[in-house]
Amino acid sequence: MTPELKGFVLLSLIKIVVVFSVMMVGVMMVIWMERRVSAWKQDRLGPNRVGPQGLLQSVADGIKNFAKEDVIPEQANKLLFVVAPALSFIPAMLTFAVIPVAAPLPVDFDFTVPILGQFVHSGPMPMMIADLPIGMLFIVAVGSLSVYGIVLAGWSSANKYSLLGGLRASAQMVSYEVALGFSFVGVLMLAGNVTLPEIVAHQQDSVWFVFALTLGFILFFVSNLAETNRLPFDLPETESELVTGFHTEYSSMKFAMFFMAEYTHIITGSALVATLFLGGWDIPFTSWDSGDPTVLKSLLTLAFFAMKTLFFIYVFIWIRWTLPRFRFDQLMQLGWKFMLPVLLAYILILGATVLVLDSIGWSSGLPYGAALFVMNAVLVYIVFFILDNNRLLLGRTHRKVGT
Amino acid sequence: MIQEYIPILLFLGFIVANAIGMLVFSHILSPRRPTKIKASPYESGMPPLGSTRERFSVKFYLIAMLFIVFDIEVVFLIPWGVQFRKLGLTGFVAMAIFILVLEVGHAYAWKRGALEWD
Repeated sequence: MTPELKGFVLLSLIKIVVVFSVMMVGVMMVIWMERRVSAWKQDRLGPNRVGPQGLLQSVADGIKNFAKEDVIPEQANKLLFVVAPALSFIPAMLTFAVIPVAAPLPVDFDFTVPILGQFVHSGPMPMMIADLPIGMLFIVAVGSLSVYGIVLAGWSSANKYSLLGGLRASAQMVSYEVALGFSFVGVLMLAGNVTLPEIVAHQQDSVWFVFALTLGFILFFVSNLAETNRLPFDLPETESELVTGFHTEYSSMKFAMFFMAEYTHIITGSALVATLFLGGWDIPFTSWDSGDPTVLKSLLTLAFFAMKTLFFIYVFIWIRWTLPRFRFDQLMQLGWKFMLPVLLAYILILGATVLVLDSIGWSSGLPYGAALFVMNAVLVYIVFFILDNNRLLLGRTHRKVGT
Repeated sequence: MIQEYIPILLFLGFIVANAIGMLVFSHILSPRRPTKIKASPYESGMPPLGSTRERFSVKFYLIAMLFIVFDIEVVFLIPWGVQFRKLGLTGFVAMAIFILVLEVGHAYAWKRGALEWD
């Protein structure tokens, strides 16, 4: 191994340990945050005894989960039953590897360790675990693996509730994966690249995609909610009818791993929405952050990225206590009969608009962003107020067709 | 650049090791007092009725098949989206025809009731 490669691997290992630890602590914090925010919305106190403001509640719950009895049902398929929690936890965590969390950090070192030899690194280090050339494709590929954990958990438990939960999860995640895939094609069309740092850079140069792709942003966020099995799409779990569905039979640390996987999904999903549509680590109204990398820039952009991610995490929790749960037929209708045709039409309209704008010479800058935003505003109005006829917005989604 | 994939492998190894560690650690720590009732499937307190390994609705297979068709469409759209500006009008018209053809299939599935859940 060359000294450069050794330096690269050393840095990667440091990044991996840091990201993993931050994610684990982050998951605990988000669980605490969800419980406190839920309590606040329901006018009760929530966990506030363990540690300051109850911050250590999740740690206490984790320790308790380690020490609880681990029941494996008699008729369960033992191997799959044990593997399933790990299978849902691994892809949720792995997605975070390609999300850039801050502006590149300048790292220069050159030192020699006895036995191991020389380690060298110079120049800016991307603030992500792996700057893959396939970026977004990696996220789609890994994201689609997360359905396996849930389906195998549901099937292997040999429990009717779990089986139904697993089946619903498979149909739902598979349907919304199509919508998720279509809704970020717009991002690729505007950015012209699949790697996330390039998408962020493009948003710094022109406008944040939340303005240029408003409708795509809304539909991406909705399919993200469905992919993470959060309310109003939590049909695989539904406490009131399926007794938490695919993890009814799970106890102890295996249950905790499903819980961690769900919250890791929320964090990565929020980070992804922030990266694709809110400019990632971009600081608004300044181009100072895209210049030469310095330590201060990395720290400040990291803070901005964390704020954007936290905002979307809060929206996830907010939606949970705002919208009632869909029925399963409504859910499938929303996915296949509403989002799919709307997204296909959206891709074509967006393509035509960009071609027209290109032909009159607006291919970046403010007029370009403004034109796209106006186009999106018109589309959002048409989709949600005319085509939809207020059914979605007023919650009357179901309409008997024929029969 | 094959070097970029090294960190992914390391990260995957790290996560898998952690996941296995959590499972093994809780297996060692947790007490084990199995009883007949505890090991039976939970059905809201009732004695379990019948087998769980039963047939389920054909709808789920139908959705899975539709998913494959449309996910492949996503796979075609991603490289097209990335090269969209360079392909220009020709690429746009070609993709419009492709989407239109698939939309015919979607409309057919819709009309035949493949998307109904009653």
